[in-house]
Parts: sequence; structure tokens; C-alpha cells
Amino acid sequence: MGLSVKHLLGIRELQTSDIEKIFQTADNFKQILNRPVKKVPALRDTTIANVFFENSTRTRLSFELAEKRLGADVVNFSASGSSVSKGETLLDTVNNLLAMKIDMVVMRHSASGAPWFLSQHINASVVNAGDGINEHPTQALLDAYSIREKHGDLKGKRIALLGDIMHSRVALSNIYCLTKMGAEVTVAGPPTLIPKNIQSLGVKVEYDIKKALEWCDVANVLRIQLERQNKPLFSTLREYALYYGVSKSMLDSLEKNITIMHPGPINRGVELTSDAADSKQSIILGQVENGVAIRMAVIYLLSGTREMTV
Amino acid sequence: MKTLLTSKDIHITLQRLTHQLIENHGNFSDTAIIGIQPRGIYLSDRIYSLVTQLTGNNNISYGKLDITFYRDDVHQSANIHIPSQTTIDFSVEDKNVLLIDDVLYTGRTIRSAMDALIDYGRPKKMELLTLIDRRFSRELPIQPDYAGFSVDTITTQRVKVLWQEKDGKDEVALVDMPQ
Repeated sequence: MGLSVKHLLGIRELQTSDIEKIFQTADNFKQILNRPVKKVPALRDTTIANVFFENSTRTRLSFELAEKRLGADVVNFSASGSSVSKGETLLDTVNNLLAMKIDMVVMRHSASGAPWFLSQHINASVVNAGDGINEHPTQALLDAYSIREKHGDLKGKRIALLGDIMHSRVALSNIYCLTKMGAEVTVAGPPTLIPKNIQSLGVKVEYDIKKALEWCDVANVLRIQLERQNKPLFSTLREYALYYGVSKSMLDSLEKNITIMHPGPINRGVELTSDAADSKQSIILGQVENGVAIRMAVIYLLSGTREMTV
Repeated sequence: MKTLLTSKDIHITLQRLTHQLIENHGNFSDTAIIGIQPRGIYLSDRIYSLVTQLTGNNNISYGKLDITFYRDDVHQSANIHIPSQTTIDFSVEDKNVLLIDDVLYTGRTIRSAMDALIDYGRPKKMELLTLIDRRFSRELPIQPDYAGFSVDTITTQRVKVLWQEKDGKDEVALVDMPQ
């Protein structure tokens, strides 16, 4: 059996069993990615479009590599330099892509809910590669997978999400994913960057970064999303770094060795100092490696059953 | 449901197959055993332990291969397959490889297994051992090098191989599928 959903729009719609299936399948792909031949022919009959209306390095490369390692044909589209700048609508753009016989669309968009809108109007499966401030499901899956790899079963593990919770789709997807897998989650950061009533999602709130670090097994440090803040929510980056940034000396002052994660791109010296990002406690590059395996698993499991069209 | 092989029959057949293997592969110093997931691994576990006992070689290369991503019906079967584990912690390069599955039917699984294994390296030679060979049902030109028992079946019948470890008893049975 595949997943309970046809599209991966967010972690919110997934069942725990879906997440477990994705992890189990990713284990296989991780092993395949460490062979001399890193490809399998499973999706050789599938064409996938990566449609990116917003900038991306890691996610886009990771998706493209995952698709290619599954044997799929891949087309890439980025909004800049396309007919979107001539005023073409999202649906028109995607329908034109689908007319070229595309089976799956991986989309990133600055508008929350754009992948959901698309899934209502097209037959192809949609994978959300980040939509506005809503969700970034594959990032949360690879984060949870990386924690599971390092610490074992997620149940009862203490995870702190630090920084810009308000504008972070990674934070929301992480909260859904980690709580579904039975982990305890605390969000921490300046009060202006933590949404009101976020406790209703089953997380604790902390305004003192040091206390959150003392509590957790794993700290996932999130990027300050200056591009999404249209009014100042803290005085200066220097002040933010001083009160809410994570540094190596802060990690050394803790009684235990916690694991440091970051979804990238890192604002070095703002939310995370270089010595902390590059320390032995950091699994940031491991996250990137797992990203390909997780995305292979998601795409494989969503590729599902297809009617033979002659 | 008709019993084709009882637990005693299976025991005798496995002994015979093991002796045939040793005749051709000596003490298995140059041969690797690969069981095909998910159902072939019970047979390969048995063969591996019998070969180990009889040759006294405790270092035989033994792995398990999942072929899910190499199937030719990934998007045609009713549900997408969840893969099982592959565990091959040795190089198959230049080795004699013995593929093991419980039933040889259309030959499509073995085709997938050959492709999957070659992505791990270039074996010197590949051979196939199956407990049951369903003759006259082949869809690809693939034949076993070692077969426990050959059966002539029609497509509405299924051969079920049960194992003590998994199903509580050793038995091979012929089952008529509802039309």
C-alpha cells in the first residue's frame, strides 16, 4: 500500500503510518545512494516538473537529484525568466506544462495554499516544496528522519525549534511531523516572532533560548526570514544575534551534548554562529544528504498506480 | 488446497540442493548467496545454514536483495510496493552469485533481481536456485540452475510455500484461486 494521500501538500494531512512508510522507504534509498550505481529504474516511465516560483538552492537541487536517481525525466521551471513575468496565471502555466505529458508537479510558491489550489485543478500529483508561511513538508520529513537516525525512535524526544517561528513554514511542518511521531516540541524565540496561540498545536513556548537549549535533545535553529517581514519585529540583527543566536560557547555551557540542526540557508553569525554550525554537534550536512533519500521516498510512494494510456 | 511437499519432503529436497551446490561451488570461498526479498529469504536462510554446516566455512558471503525498484510493473499493480531491506555488505564484483527465491513462475522477479544485483557490481557468474519451478508458465527466457521440485500448473492456481519461521510450518501447497 502506498500513502493515504495523492498529493503531499503538508504534514497536517498525513497519517503517522504514512510518515513511517516514507522513513522505511527512505532507508532503502539512503542505502542505494551509497552504492557505486546510485540510480534505480523505478520511475523510468514518469516525467516530473519542478516548478519554482520562489528562489531555492538546496530544495530544488535535492528534488532534481531525487527524481533523476529514480530514473524519472525532469523538467525545471523557474518563474524568473519565464512567461509568468508576462502575466500568465499559475493555472495556465501548469496546464501548459501538463499538456506536455507531465505526471507529477513539485512546486514552490510564495503564496500559502498555492499547491492546494493546484491540486484541486489538475490530475497530476502535487508535491509542495514550500508554500509561503504554510508548510514545507519534505523539509520536516528529512528533519525528523535525521533526528531518528541520530537518536532513534522520536517518541519522547525533546526538540526545540528556535528563532523565526512566525514566518517559518519549516517550523509549522516540523511541529506537525514531530508531534505526530510522539516527540515533545518547544518553540523559542523573541515574542514578536512567535505566533499567538501556537500552544494549540501541542507545543510549549519559551522566550529564553538558553532555557530551551537546556531542555532539549535536539535544537533545530531556523533562519530569520527578513524577506517575509514587512515591518520590523526586532531592533537589529546584532541585537537578535546577541539575545537569540546560538553559539558554540553557549552549547559548551550546557550539561549535555545536544544536536544542532538548521534547514539552511544559514545566516552565519545571526541565528547560528559559524563555530556552532561547523561543530561536531551539528548534523546540518547530514540533513542535506537525507533530503535526497526522503524526497526519493515521497516521489516513489506518490507515483502510485497509473492507468496505461495508449 | 493440495499439499505438494510436506515438511519431510522439503527437508530431503534442501539436503539434495545443498549437495548439488557444494559439488559445483566447493567450500563457497568464491561464491555469494543472495536471497530475494520478501519470500525468498526463508529458503536462502536454510540453504545458507546447510551449506555452512556441510562445508564448515563460516565466512560465506550472504546477502538479501530487495527488487522493488527494479520491477517492470511499478505503476501497473494495484498498490505501490513498499520495499523490504537490502543487506549486501560485501562486494559482488567477480564473485559467483547464487540467487535464491522460493518459486520461479513468470521469471519477471528474477529479471528484476539480475538487474538490481548488477547495480551492486559485476559478478563473474550468476546462478538461480528455486524450491519450486512452475514449468510452462514462463514469460521470459529464464530457467533455474537448481530446482527443488517442478510443478505443472495453470494460471488460476497458486503455489504457496510456507515456512516454519514465518507461517508456523514447512509446507508447499497448490491453491485454486477463485475465478
